[in-house]
Amino acid sequence: MDSAVLDFLAATIRIATPLMLAAMGGIISERAGVFAVGLEGMMLAGAFGAAAGTFLTGSTAIGIASSIGCGALVGLTVAVVAVRFRADQMVTGLAANALVAGLTSFLLRGVIGHGRTPVIHTALLDPWPVPGLSAIPVIGSLLFQQPPLTYLAFTATVPLYWFLVNSHAGLLLRAAGENPAAAYSVGANPAKIRTVATIAGAAITGLGGAVLVLQQVGTFSDGMTGGRGFLALAAIIVGRWMPFGTMAACLVFGAAEAMHLWVQVLGLPVSSYIVQMLPYLLALAVLAAWGRSVVMPAAIGVAYGDPDRS
Amino acid sequence: MISRRSLIAAIALGSPVLRLAKATPGTFMPAVTYDIGGKYDKSFNEAAWQGAERFKADSGIAYREFEITSPVQREQALRALCRRGVSIIVAIGFNQSEAVTTVCREFPDAKFTIADAIAKGPNVQSVVMREEEGSYLVGMLAAMASTGGRIGFIGGIDIPLIRRFKAGYRAGALSINPAIETVENMVGDTPTAWSDPTRGAELARAQFGRGVDVVFAAAGASGLGIYQAAKDLGKLAIGVDSNQNGIHPGTMLTSMVKHVDKVVYDSFSTARAGTWQPGVQSLGLAEGGVDWALDDNNRALITSEMEQSVRAATAEIVAGRIRVPDGS
Repeated sequence: MDSAVLDFLAATIRIATPLMLAAMGGIISERAGVFAVGLEGMMLAGAFGAAAGTFLTGSTAIGIASSIGCGALVGLTVAVVAVRFRADQMVTGLAANALVAGLTSFLLRGVIGHGRTPVIHTALLDPWPVPGLSAIPVIGSLLFQQPPLTYLAFTATVPLYWFLVNSHAGLLLRAAGENPAAAYSVGANPAKIRTVATIAGAAITGLGGAVLVLQQVGTFSDGMTGGRGFLALAAIIVGRWMPFGTMAACLVFGAAEAMHLWVQVLGLPVSSYIVQMLPYLLALAVLAAWGRSVVMPAAIGVAYGDPDRS
Repeated sequence: MISRRSLIAAIALGSPVLRLAKATPGTFMPAVTYDIGGKYDKSFNEAAWQGAERFKADSGIAYREFEITSPVQREQALRALCRRGVSIIVAIGFNQSEAVTTVCREFPDAKFTIADAIAKGPNVQSVVMREEEGSYLVGMLAAMASTGGRIGFIGGIDIPLIRRFKAGYRAGALSINPAIETVENMVGDTPTAWSDPTRGAELARAQFGRGVDVVFAAAGASGLGIYQAAKDLGKLAIGVDSNQNGIHPGTMLTSMVKHVDKVVYDSFSTARAGTWQPGVQSLGLAEGGVDWALDDNNRALITSEMEQSVRAATAEIVAGRIRVPDGS
């Protein structure tokens, strides 16, 4: 295979990986009935956690743990405001994004830079070649010589699918997103399910931010997620709130972004702006073609408090 | 549901309050307004801050400053400083040109200097840099360091400012090797293009995949990803605005330095001495406005032959015998 094609596929995988982790987290939250508008902020918090954790301790493992923790903290904030206090989910998510953007910039200067903007460098995660498989020509170097979070992003879809479709807990989670009153009537606690789902989803989304820092650029800069959280949100819609469809959507988005960059670099006579629009056009087309009512969790965005509490 | 009133209150409380003491009439009080990014951005604004600090150290005169964090603050900050009676305001960055044009009419007695853009007004001094001249020198270095005859340029957004970098870089490279090919790309078309190191890294990787072996980044914080990609793949990168050689010693070939510190220092000094003049000033190699960086971090990458060629070209440009295209 031509090396340009290989490079293109490798770029597609690199670009899709953080989107996939963010989107998987978003699916969990949205399936439970909480809009994942805060994905951008959760991802940025995860990126900051990964950079700060790794920079301060020198350990990428601690960096990964810290990205999970920082993502979950944003999830906790969203859950408290949107689930416990039943605030509007859209507003809460957008507010969380703005909060994290300011807070991470502040902490970068305040905690790490002692008042100044530091340029920090973190170690990058090494690729983990899969014994045997990594030796396969073409596919081996493409799929089986990746850093750990890439494997996680690709394989997490399987247990997530199983959990949502086949497990009892997954059924209750979906019930909280489809019809919380019915879930309550069979003894589940939709408010609690939504809270846990939002926090767990945010933790996974945080890992998407860790990919940017620990597998790609080795540093943190203000607002470095650059809208990737919203792209992940679009992938969830295109993927019909299911893990495999969403993974495919992320790969398509990754390919479109890689194509956008390659069209520019190769100087092809195609407007890179058109190519850059493709993922969004695709998301709009999917929304228009299938309508939102068919598979979108029915009670998403609808506040449901704990009836025993209020 | 949050009520609209409480939301407005929250927004109002969250925005920084302009708390600035009034200057005593008759005393010289300079001020600087940094643009988004803040005064410690390791780049443009930080250079301005260094100029202001140097003035303070040399003259013993304190200065006022404002760090703009959102576009709506630009005019507010300038007005607030003018009302407090500051003698001169240096506004940093092309983003402030409209605000300066508006506010300078409201305060005809105040003096304004804008760095990196041209703003119209009888009390405005606009200082622009001839980035193409510094870029010409780093383009020469890129061509001399390249072994494959293909070099890269990655800008932030396709705007006239960035075209000056691009045109100078290309001209410098062609002066060394008339057959050299320059691959030129932009990170994006929205302001996130200045702060997306991940996309910068992907663009650099794509360029390296096409045989580029030296890349010049003029893309703000997106450059950090470009420098990392160069390091990961064993290629060379060129920094911008301030001396960024130390970010990855060994793979940072050099940096194209813009002396914004000089703009601030000179404006403050001339305003104090009474020699400040409105109008447009252009700073290039001759005036010390732009330069290339050579220090311990990149000494091993720059041969004496490379250094001599660049010094010779500098003299030619200063003497006006080489005219560098500015991309317009």
